[in-house]
Amino acid sequence: MAVMLLVALTVALFAGGATPAHADDVDVDKYDYVLAGNVTFNGTPLDGVLITVTGPGTDTEVKTGADGKWRVGVPEKASYTVTLDEDTLPEGVVVTKGGNTMTAEFGLTKTKSVNFFLGEGTRVTVSFFDQLINRVANGLNFGLLLALAAIGLSLIYGTTGLSNFAHSELITFGALMTLVFAVNLALPVWLAILIALVLSAALGWTLDAALWKPLRKRGVGVIQLMIVSIGLALAMRYTYQFFVGGATRQLPGASPAKLQLGPLSLSWIDLTSMAISVVVLLGVAYFLLRTRIGKATRAVSDNPSLASASGIDVDFVIRVVWVIGAALAGLSGILWAYFRPGVSWDMGFQILLLVFAAVVLGGLGTAFGALVGSIIVGLFVELSTLVLPPDMKFVGALVVLIVVLLVRPQGILGRKERIG
Amino acid sequence: MIDWGQVFSNAAVELISPTTAAYALAALGLAIHFGYTGLLNFGQAGFMALGAYGYAISILTFGFPVWGAVLVGIGASVIFALILGVPTLRLRADYLAIVTIAAAEIVRLLFTTNTFVAVTGSANGLSEYKDGFRALNPLHFEGTAGFGPWQHSADDWWVIIVSWTVVALACLFTWSLMRSPWGRVLKGIREDEDAVRALGKNVYSYKMQSLILGGVFGTLAGMIFIMPRAVIPAHYATSLTFFIYAILLLGGAATILGPVVGSMLFWVLLSFFSGFVARAVEVGWLPISQVQGGQLRFILVGVAIMLIVIFRPQGLLGNKKELAFVK
Repeated sequence: MAVMLLVALTVALFAGGATPAHADDVDVDKYDYVLAGNVTFNGTPLDGVLITVTGPGTDTEVKTGADGKWRVGVPEKASYTVTLDEDTLPEGVVVTKGGNTMTAEFGLTKTKSVNFFLGEGTRVTVSFFDQLINRVANGLNFGLLLALAAIGLSLIYGTTGLSNFAHSELITFGALMTLVFAVNLALPVWLAILIALVLSAALGWTLDAALWKPLRKRGVGVIQLMIVSIGLALAMRYTYQFFVGGATRQLPGASPAKLQLGPLSLSWIDLTSMAISVVVLLGVAYFLLRTRIGKATRAVSDNPSLASASGIDVDFVIRVVWVIGAALAGLSGILWAYFRPGVSWDMGFQILLLVFAAVVLGGLGTAFGALVGSIIVGLFVELSTLVLPPDMKFVGALVVLIVVLLVRPQGILGRKERIG
Repeated sequence: MIDWGQVFSNAAVELISPTTAAYALAALGLAIHFGYTGLLNFGQAGFMALGAYGYAISILTFGFPVWGAVLVGIGASVIFALILGVPTLRLRADYLAIVTIAAAEIVRLLFTTNTFVAVTGSANGLSEYKDGFRALNPLHFEGTAGFGPWQHSADDWWVIIVSWTVVALACLFTWSLMRSPWGRVLKGIREDEDAVRALGKNVYSYKMQSLILGGVFGTLAGMIFIMPRAVIPAHYATSLTFFIYAILLLGGAATILGPVVGSMLFWVLLSFFSGFVARAVEVGWLPISQVQGGQLRFILVGVAIMLIVIFRPQGLLGNKKELAFVK
């Protein structure tokens, strides 16, 4: 039962600056603009509720008076964040709608009232252990989808020596194509995903056939190739934006309700995503370890000249690696679009560095190292939100990358002789 | 009809704008890293961010004078170069690339996060740090002055004069350094690291010195960069580094004047192209929106980087023999 109550409708406008300051008024005489509110529950004013106002030029705390009112003066006609501390509410009262943080923006007047919706109920506090379990699950999910992209990147590096900075655009491509076919052309999602994967593979084939193979034939150095891939990434990324614009759009069925599995709260999309990643990764492992062409791939990765001398068609192997790598990146992009959630033109670029971090952590050029590295990066990114603010969660993973290079530069599964 | 005079004069303004000077200086720093020493630094945006924020924060938060703020920025970038260099300079070149690009992103994310909003201004960035610099301005006149398309106020001329003086001094300094024994060791490291080591030179230490020097140039460039605008964290994204690489490769990686010529050419062409596209969209020649017109130029930069590296890796002024990265 949750009785919705509109708390604090409006507050009388105080015209002059002559009003004496109360304990529940902060900076009101000092500044022209005033944020105000009235915290009541079922008609009873609530005393001593802590309100925090942050924004340009201020970071103020105020407690409601005996009448439940509070006022805070702010220096600018700008947008301020108002937070109600739920711990200071009486027991059995919670903020029911819109959360305990609000953004207040001034309209035509110099006073803006900020209302919170209070209701009866008990606040769900997630215990640290439950949070930890959920973060681990999310981290595994994220790590697995990173691994899909990282294995392709690592195989391409291993066979051609190219650090492919355009891999992020292959990731975005999968998600964008799914968006085009599932939303713009209104096909069923599974069909759209299949088409997107086929197109991703085709893109990999085309890139190798039209760009990378001719460059290899010209004998262009690996650093030149890397800079070419940067140029390609820039051109592709802005071509995407040219056609789809800067907005984030959702794939069909994104953000469904969460299922409660004991302490775990995951949606069926999270579960499917993890299942798909695991199955595909097992498939890649089978391909690399058991099939002829997979063994050839590892041989080329180890030593291209020797592989070539033993009768392996190196160009064919590289072509296969590009096709597989691009398709895996496309799949990773689709899963990333459901994980974020949303499809945007630069979504691949947002995780490119994490993919690189995963590959370097695991050992450049080793496929299984990329898997291990990705899981570590995924877990680290999610677990770091337990202690770091969410907008810094990528920082932790990148710092780990630098620290690992200090102690074990060849990566976790890399061999020492790979580093020169 | 398109006002060609306006398009051309807007493009000409970029020839000597402080932004052009800032990119030229940052590219000169990269020329020391990449062109002369063969270090793949992809974190030049991070060095520029440290310069910009080091300067602005010193003035706004700590009330330092201009020279103090400049020193703080330089100090920050020396420390940053040491942090980057210690783990990576002994490793293969592509490791440095990945670590520097990651470190520059860390710097940008730290300046963007809400956690330090009181000092960094978070995503809104910083402004109001220009008074100290303007107080040093010896020029006093009302309105604008200049010749041809270059009409600027006294404050703008002051920024232009100081920034191009810094660029000129940096070019002169680099030119004399690269003729010195120290510079010859750097070029030796670029050509064959092991040979230089065999001659008894401490390659690691030379690489570190090169990383620091180029980084300091990047930091000074970051300070020039914020003179005509505010400090906004989004400016220091990875694309900034890529743009500077485009400029360096256009002018010539292992040259002194290459970065300057590259930057002038880059900005004049880019401004001309944007101006032309914007006008063409206005009069209905192109069936695209103004926003899309803005994106066309990024696509153009990307394609230009690819074409230059494939077909003329030495750039406009470079010598193909002086290129470590073309094997």
